[in-house]
Formats: sequence, structure tokens, C-alpha cells
Amino acid sequence: MRKGYFGEFGGRFVPELLMPPLEEVEAAMRDILPTPSFQEELGALLHDYAGRETPLTHCPTLSRELGFDLWLKREDLLHTGAHKINNTLGQALLAKRMGKRALVAETGAGQHGVATAAAAARLGMECAVYMGAEDVERQSANVRRMRLLGAEVHAVESGSRTLKDAINAALRVWIARQEDTHYCFGTAAGPHPFPLLVREFQSVIGRETRARMLELTGRLPTAVVACVGGGSNAIGMFHPFVEDAEVAIIGVEAGGSGEPGCLNCASLNLGRPGVLHGSRSLLLQTGEGQVEPSGSISAGLDYPGVGPEHAYLRESGRARYDIITDGEALDALGRLCRAEGILPALESSHALAWVLSHAGEFKPGDQVVVNLSGRGDKDMDIIEAALAARENSHAHA
Amino acid sequence: MHTLEAKIREANAKGRPALIPFLTAHFPDRARFWTAFDELDAGGADIIEIGVPFSDPVADGPVVEDASRRVLEAGFRLEDLLAELADRREGRAKPRAGDAALVLMGYLNPFLSYGLDRLARDAARAGVSGCIIPDVPNEEAGPVREALAAQGLALIPLVGPNTSEERMAECARAGEGYMYVVSVMGVTGERAALAPQVAATMGRARRASALPLALGFGLSRPEQLDALPAEARPDAAVFGSALLRHLDEGGSAGEFLRRWTGA
Repeated sequence: MRKGYFGEFGGRFVPELLMPPLEEVEAAMRDILPTPSFQEELGALLHDYAGRETPLTHCPTLSRELGFDLWLKREDLLHTGAHKINNTLGQALLAKRMGKRALVAETGAGQHGVATAAAAARLGMECAVYMGAEDVERQSANVRRMRLLGAEVHAVESGSRTLKDAINAALRVWIARQEDTHYCFGTAAGPHPFPLLVREFQSVIGRETRARMLELTGRLPTAVVACVGGGSNAIGMFHPFVEDAEVAIIGVEAGGSGEPGCLNCASLNLGRPGVLHGSRSLLLQTGEGQVEPSGSISAGLDYPGVGPEHAYLRESGRARYDIITDGEALDALGRLCRAEGILPALESSHALAWVLSHAGEFKPGDQVVVNLSGRGDKDMDIIEAALAARENSHAHA
Repeated sequence: MHTLEAKIREANAKGRPALIPFLTAHFPDRARFWTAFDELDAGGADIIEIGVPFSDPVADGPVVEDASRRVLEAGFRLEDLLAELADRREGRAKPRAGDAALVLMGYLNPFLSYGLDRLARDAARAGVSGCIIPDVPNEEAGPVREALAAQGLALIPLVGPNTSEERMAECARAGEGYMYVVSVMGVTGERAALAPQVAATMGRARRASALPLALGFGLSRPEQLDALPAEARPDAAVFGSALLRHLDEGGSAGEFLRRWTGA
């Protein structure tokens, strides 16, 4: 495969001024990341600060109801509430060893922003987070958390005022500040080497899952299931299983309201090849090649592109990608709360909803793992509003 | 010698840098765009760069980004722009007022959607001589360069203050027309003065490149170039954001260009 490519997807489509800092990150991945001293320090941060290893939790009630064994990889139990911290600690530590003193990051819902702010604080670095103005309004609690953690939060007023515009803004800032600043990119997309770098730091999810499943059941899971926005939690879960042909790999995209023509985030299913934010992948776009707005009840999946490796895994047939709607995710969230006492993030609820709605594809004895990428506390306002709206429409029906 | 290079050398032979104004296509609206285009064409522009709008213009500052957004909201289609240019060239519409060479500046995705071979064909027919695609670095340029070259169109390389001399040489060898030197570590948009590293950047570019050098990003007035030592002065000057702002405020492109031609 060509350097930086997964099949025909990936690459490094950036302005010339970003080539030197990307080459610098690539060199650090090669020269610093594999060293024992880096791996030891990162391992200690993940264990003692972030809370790894996370449990692989069996769901007794749902397993009984479904007729096969359902397991949850509990990334929701990590510090700051989601898998994002795996990546931000890794990148922050790498940046520090590269001699950078500051981090810049984009954020959509605010989870990656909070995780970057926390990692920066922990490692004594400055942090600036770019966030679409619309998201700043929708996710004010996370904005306050980032500021408490010492980060500067900049509201991005350009374009659609959401995540994709925050990435544009962060890339522009990185052009100007590359000398002392690392761009802590939040998902397994973007220009080479970010898809590989983020995969490297998130693969701990799949490695732990694999080892623990072997320990508990003596075999590999039947299927691993994860939600896909940009695709970082999913690639982290999938990557260590790609060579295990007997393990089914299922990614779940956000379909929005599910009405015909609705806003959605299903770039793998509904997009076509295109170039955005530095890589060639599948993209929601108009016939003219303009990027279309995305939409989902889950802010963390709300992105019109997707990491290039997912496009490749889909095209090669190794992974399957399906769509789950807002309503199905909300139902799954409620069911997990009541059945197992776990409040999942709306993002992760998409993955769970897929298992609930495809239960017929599994048989007794099958072991199905859902990556519970985050906890749902951050979503309480959205969940309550959605449930109230649903009640309202039922009352009027 | 490529048409674009010839245009710049011709201006230089008259003892002045070539002038390359940038206009976002159909901005502020279609009628005013064509008025501005004609004034530049007739008023002494050597090359006109026409910006093809994109929803996510990562190398652009607020002025070009906002212009792109407005033009897209008004329903811009690349097909229309190229057809309008072809109509003028082939006598179906008022003929061109001058003979400035034309360059399209746009991001890769809209060009991919249009189809690279189709783009090269239609652009050549419209009288376009080259393209600048800021999100296509030399390493990714192969397929685009090949498609454009089949119709005689140049893919103009961009380099900047953090580009090594060695990389500049690779870009210049692979490129055609001219080499675009970005003056600042930043995005497009006017600045009061040129950054202090411009002389060093231009020096490296001069050693690395046999192509003429066009300096851009941050230029609005010719006096900015006077601040440079003679050996660091560019063969061509590109100005965009200041011109767009001037047009948006109701000013005329001809009047803006006269700042540069001294006419």
C-alpha cells in the first residue's frame, strides 16, 4: 500500500505549510513512540490517571432476553467519561517529548476538548480548543469544564458553525503556531499520519477486549460492535481483530431522525469518495463536491466524513457498517439503563441499538461485544428533551 | 515556455512585476463579478486568478471564506463559470476586454466531483491556463497534474516560509507556469506589512526555482514590495482579500488595480 493510504483511501491533502509539522509528527511516531521510556510513561498515565484497564462487563439481563451473551467494553468508566482520553494522553505525551509546549484541538460535543484540556493540564501544557459556535451553545457544560481545566475555548463562527468548521479553524491555527504547538487531532481521520496515530493510541481498547475475552471464555468474540462518527473508538476496538477472520466487525453510523432525506452522519453508507480535512475517504457531499451538513441526536457522531481506514474496511468487505436512527439509539439507552444500571452515551447507544435490532443474527453461545465508548451523563439535557418531545407527539397522536 | 510563465516574463521585461489579482467567482454577485473581471482584464492584469468556492477552505482567511460561503449560498456551479468563459471566447457572449491569462484557484474536492479530465477539457476550452489547488501538496499531485497537462494546463506549486530549499526545488521541477510563494505562516488575508522572513523565503525560492516567483497572501499595496531588498522582490504579485473587500464595499476593481499599475 502507498504510504499513508488504506487502499485508495487516506493520503495527506493539506496546504504545503502543514507538510513540515505533519512530517515532524510522523518522525516522532517512528522515533519516540515505540521507545520503552515513552511506552512506560504512557502506560502509567493510562493506568494511574485515566483508569485503565477498563472492565469487560457481562450483561446478564440483556443476555437472557437476547438469547446470546452481550458484553460491554467499559470505556465509559475512564477519566473524563469516554475513550477520548486514550488518544489525548498519548498525543500530549508525544507532543511534550517533541518539545512542544502547547496543544490545539477541535471538538464537536466537547468530549475530545475536555480530554485534551485534562491531558494538557496533567502534563503542564497550554491548550486551545476550537469549537463550532453552535456546539458552544448546545454543550455549555463541556465548555465550562474545559475552561475550568485551564483551556482557552474559541467559538468558531464560520461555515456551519459545527465540528467540521472547528477542524478548519484548528488547522489554520496550527499553520501559524506549528513551531511550539501540536495539533491534538481527535479522531482516526485527517491527514497522514493522524489516522495511524489515533489508531495506535485507541487500539488499547481492542487489545484489552481480546485478552480479557480469551481469559473469561477461552475464545474470541463472535462479533465486536462500535459506533462510527470519525471512527476513533471503532478503529480502536476493530484493529486488533482485523486479522481474526472469525470475528465479525460491525460499525454503526448515525442515521438522524430516519425520515427520508433527513440530516445524518452515515458517510460510509450514504456518502461518496471525496477529500476533506486532509484525507480521501467517504464523504457526505453535494453533486458539486461541497460538504453537506450532518446531523444526529448524538453530537459526537455528527461529522460528514469518516476515517479513511473505515472506508477501506468497508470496501474490502472485512467490516460491515449499518445505520441506526436517533429513536433506536434512545430506546437502547433506556433499555440498558433499566436492565443493567448503566447510562451509556448517545454515541455508544447507537452500537448497542444495532445489537438489539439484529439479535436474530446471533445464536445461543455467541459472544457479542459492544464498545461502550462513553457515559451518558453529558447527554442528560438532550435525552430529557428527546423523551419529552416523544411523549408530546404520542399525546397528540 | 508555458503561457503563464511567458505572461510574467513579458511584464518583467517592461521593468515591473506581473500583476495577479484574485477574484472569488461570481462574487459579490454574478453581474458585479463580470464587471470586475472586465475591468481587471482591460486594466492591465497579467493573470487573473478565479477562486472556485469550497465549503471548507482551510488555507483561506475570513474574507475569502466568507465570499465563498455567500457565492455557494447563491447557487454557484463550476459548470456555469466555465461555460460563461467559453461563451466569451467562442463569440456567444460579449468578448473579453483584455488578454490576461486565467488561472483557477480551488480546493480538490469540487474538482474531483467535476471530474479531473472533464475539468481540464472544459477549463482549456474556457481559456484557462492553469490551476492552483492549495490542498494538493507535491506528494499527492500526480493524478491532477497528469489530467491538467493533457490539456496544456499548469499545476502551479505553492511553497512557504517553512518549505526547505530542497522541497522548493522538487516543487519547482514538478510545477509549471510559476511558483506561488506564500508570504506568511498563515492563511490568505491582507496584512499591514510583509512578515520579516519573506526576504529569506524568496531567497530560497529564487535559488531553488527556474520558474518565475509570485508572492501572495497578505498583499494589498505595491509599497509593501518596496520594503523588500531588490534580490527578494517577486516576479509577480498576487492580491485577493483586499480586492474582495474593496468590491464588497462597492468599490471598482479598475480603481483598485490602478494602485498597482500607477496608471
